[in-house]
Amino acid sequence: MAVTVSVPTILRTHTGGEKSVKASGGTIAEVIEDLETRHSGIKGRLVKDGSLHRFINVYVNDEDVRFAGGLAAAVRDGDNVTILPAVAGG
Amino acid sequence: MLTIRRDLVEAMIAHARRDHPDEACGVLAGPAGSERPERFIAMTNAERSPTFYRFDSGEHLRVWRAMDAANEEPVVIYHSHTMTEAVPSPTDVAIAAEPGAHYVLISTRDPDVDELCSYRIIDGEVTKEQVVVVESYMFSHTGADDVPDAP
Repeated sequence: MAVTVSVPTILRTHTGGEKSVKASGGTIAEVIEDLETRHSGIKGRLVKDGSLHRFINVYVNDEDVRFAGGLAAAVRDGDNVTILPAVAGG
Repeated sequence: MLTIRRDLVEAMIAHARRDHPDEACGVLAGPAGSERPERFIAMTNAERSPTFYRFDSGEHLRVWRAMDAANEEPVVIYHSHTMTEAVPSPTDVAIAAEPGAHYVLISTRDPDVDELCSYRIIDGEVTKEQVVVVESYMFSHTGADDVPDAP
């Protein structure tokens, strides 16, 4: 499945400044592994202890993957994957 | 330095007072690269807590997409502290991930005193900055895309 990934400002150091990159995979986990092969270090910013980092939001089209299985969320050909660091604090 | 219109300051403080004792949060959007906050966007605090805030994730996506489509960016990201001072907490600093934003903190701990401060948070470093409140952006130098007033 070929998808387009929107990369937030703070992760563009891993993509040479690109805000949109292509990736492939059948799940978010596979897409992230695929991204890591070309954009080394990005996986470590997104995944912690085997699941999605608590303060990173990942969406497939309009849906937060937390409601669709997290790293196991399915992606289809042509999907848009958006990564946004959470805005949060105390 | 954050130069900001008075009506936007009042909108943020009013939002913080309204949501007290929960933390309030939101964004001031402005033209990309302008450093000029223009548009007040109150966000839902999905945590609804007196000590924590988090933008609702669906709303976050919609607002970020709308800003992108309008060539805007989050010039200000604001939230309130309901019991402590208007200073970023260690949690605020650890999670901050928009290096271009001005992080505005408002404290609602005192019902009679408005406390509002602004900070840059870049790579874990916090720098307090001056806040200059203006009646309008005309006649004030606000950013790189500023067009001088006609003589």
